[in-house]
Amino acid sequence: MRKNVCKLRGIGKSFGTNDVLRGIDLDLFAGEIVVLMGANGAGKSTLVKLICGYHSLDSGDMELDGNPYLPVDPAGAISAGIVTVHQSIDDGVIPDLDIATNLMLDHLTRPNAGLWVHDRKLRQEATTIAQSMGITTDVRTKVAHLGVADRQMIAIARAMARSPKVLILDEPTSSLSATEAERLFALLDTLRDKGVAILYISHRMSDIRRVADRIVSMRDGAISGVFNDKPLEYDNAVTAMLGHAMTDIDITPVESGSPILEIRNLQLEADSPLINLSACDGEVIAISGLLGSGKSRLAEILFGQRKPYGGSLLIDGAPYAPESAGDAVEWGVHLSPKDRGTNAVIPTFNITDNISLPFLRSFTRLGLLSGNRQKHSADNMINQMGVVCQSAKDGINTLSGGNQQKVMIGRWLLKPCRLLLLDEPFQGVDIGARRDIGRHIRASAKGRATIVFVAEIDEALEIADRIVVLHESQIVGEHRNTNIDLNVLIAQVSGAVNTETTSTAL
Amino acid sequence: MKSDRFLDFAIRYGFLLLLVVLILYFSVAASGFASPRSAAFILQSVAITGILALGVTCTLVVDGFDLSIGSVATSALMLSAYAMVILELSAFTAVVLCIGMGALVGLINGLLIVKFRVPDLLATLGMMFLLIGLQRIPTQGNSISAGMRLPDGSNAEGTFSAAFLWLGRHRFDLFLEKLVPVPVVIFLLIAIAIWVFLGFTRHGRLMYAIGSNERAASLVGANVNRYKIVAYMISGVTASIGGILLAARLGRGDIASGNNLLLDSVAAALIGFAVLGAARPNAFGTAIGALFVGILLQGLTMMNAPYYTQDFVKGAILVAALVFTFYLSARQSAGGKSQTKT
Repeated sequence: MRKNVCKLRGIGKSFGTNDVLRGIDLDLFAGEIVVLMGANGAGKSTLVKLICGYHSLDSGDMELDGNPYLPVDPAGAISAGIVTVHQSIDDGVIPDLDIATNLMLDHLTRPNAGLWVHDRKLRQEATTIAQSMGITTDVRTKVAHLGVADRQMIAIARAMARSPKVLILDEPTSSLSATEAERLFALLDTLRDKGVAILYISHRMSDIRRVADRIVSMRDGAISGVFNDKPLEYDNAVTAMLGHAMTDIDITPVESGSPILEIRNLQLEADSPLINLSACDGEVIAISGLLGSGKSRLAEILFGQRKPYGGSLLIDGAPYAPESAGDAVEWGVHLSPKDRGTNAVIPTFNITDNISLPFLRSFTRLGLLSGNRQKHSADNMINQMGVVCQSAKDGINTLSGGNQQKVMIGRWLLKPCRLLLLDEPFQGVDIGARRDIGRHIRASAKGRATIVFVAEIDEALEIADRIVVLHESQIVGEHRNTNIDLNVLIAQVSGAVNTETTSTAL
Repeated sequence: MKSDRFLDFAIRYGFLLLLVVLILYFSVAASGFASPRSAAFILQSVAITGILALGVTCTLVVDGFDLSIGSVATSALMLSAYAMVILELSAFTAVVLCIGMGALVGLINGLLIVKFRVPDLLATLGMMFLLIGLQRIPTQGNSISAGMRLPDGSNAEGTFSAAFLWLGRHRFDLFLEKLVPVPVVIFLLIAIAIWVFLGFTRHGRLMYAIGSNERAASLVGANVNRYKIVAYMISGVTASIGGILLAARLGRGDIASGNNLLLDSVAAALIGFAVLGAARPNAFGTAIGALFVGILLQGLTMMNAPYYTQDFVKGAILVAALVFTFYLSARQSAGGKSQTKT
């Protein structure tokens, strides 16, 4: 019999009148990875926050190793052996300190820690931890100078340095590339073998397939399905999470009209191969590639955030060389950026003000903003996108991630454009909202060209008429979205095919 | 939920209610408080601070901070005196010079912050020091008054012109003869202008967006750097207007006046966060914040509270307003509807 490390019974939590969790039962066994699935707003994050001591529970019991467990604060949870790696990485690391200090922070805060800091000893211990995690950078490097993936590994390394009984990971791969994610999974395998109980929260099917021993689906604050038996029934888990079966998307690529955007001999890096691509009226193109493949850079160039090393752009036949975001918008090029929290959301504004922000000029009469006209447009967009909210005056932060993303994309659909760019539009969005967004983008595609930048192939297949694969700043594949040979596509994305541009079914 | 609604009400109207209660209390307790003359006096006492505070509000909106306003105001004071008394220029030229100086200082502050990436507090702190020093150099550290002895042994020929003094001393008739001083009118005009600009124009909306998430604002096409520079220029111009009015009231270029301007105006802008539960810089709140301080001080003075308790009272209001803003609003959003972010 496996050891039941953490046992939750009848957990309930409400904020005001809103019952966020209603009677959750959950067991975490030693040496097992449990994947917790749930749409945005299902209560996953709240559950995690209860377990790791950020919130106190309203009803129910928690047991750890057979003893009652009731953390008063995060520090209490950690000393009891429950360690959490949060979704937003910068909560897990202190950017201005070096790697060594970050890794050893917990040693410094222990009650019996001495007064003096022994730098040499600190660095030695830190190096040992870092190496066990596969981090090879000098531990004296400032964390601010590291990439997102390395920071994430450091946050996890710090968690591991506490030798936890229970490890909770909240969407740990959302900013990792495929190889980096694989490093993380390998680590999780080791930890599982050592007998750590792991709770893994994710939307990504590819992650879930890779790591799950058991899947628990949550919906509306309750457990809606537990899947134990091998092989795991992924489809049923998704159904349990959504409350209804997911219909398969059937895309019929449209016959595209005349070209709107033409990319001619564009160079993303100093000596990189030339990129040629045109995007046509009514067409949705997905540009797919790993982190670092150049797709973000291409998006930045198209939106005037960066200059290309060579080549030119044409919009409707006229040379297009935007100097700034404002310039690009003037040209009718709209970009919904990735990482909405950093790049798009104005946290102190309500939904209406967030939606109307790029086009305030058109809501202005005699120099003054017209609140009514803004509200009218916002209400309209909320209906079109299916944003779940009480009114257009709700603060943006009262919305779940998927709904926030709908608002951020709706912002750029408010006015017609020639070229719509969506950089990772499905980041941190549950599958239901993802389908809503995809449907709306395809339905409104006429009259403009649309380019979607996504790392996940599943997402590209769901939305695009044409899929273009980037690898190391080069187009390595181009596919019309019918009967695509997935193996070829995956090989191109991961860089396994490194020949000249291979085109299939074009 | 009853308690939620009460909290909501308290956050929105608590500060205004407190203001009304204060006025009622002083009207009863201090004879002569509830009179037009006393009201005009209070307004006059807060007008200059209020004008500076409105400028600070603009920099707070873009998530900046301008520490140099106090020294811009005293520089304007000295510059106007120097221009009229020693250079014998007209009142109009002196005013234009001062406003130009304020705009220039704001421009330099803005450029230091957006182009040279100096953090706002440090850039404006540096500017503050620089101006405090600079305004003393032409007069070798002396105050300026009409007929003063110049370094070359002669006496200054120029005077403060009547038109200039009018700015600080004239009172318009309103119900009573000679009731409303010019600075009060200017304060109200600037307050309305900044209130409309921040609250009802797209530029104001974009400035709030920049203050909340600069990166997102730049990605919707706002020219972030230009707006930040404009905010500091507004702040510089309002500070120089404050300095001109102070000079016109005093009638001399007094090196030591205006010491309290910076702290008082920053306090008014911060107290403004608590008005109507805004929890962010706003022009209406700033004006109310300035009035609040003025009313309390006037009331206490009329009840014979000694002058040296004034700063203590201001500090106490500020701390109370900040608790009100940050603690209560934070509780409201934590206890409010869905915080369920996944």
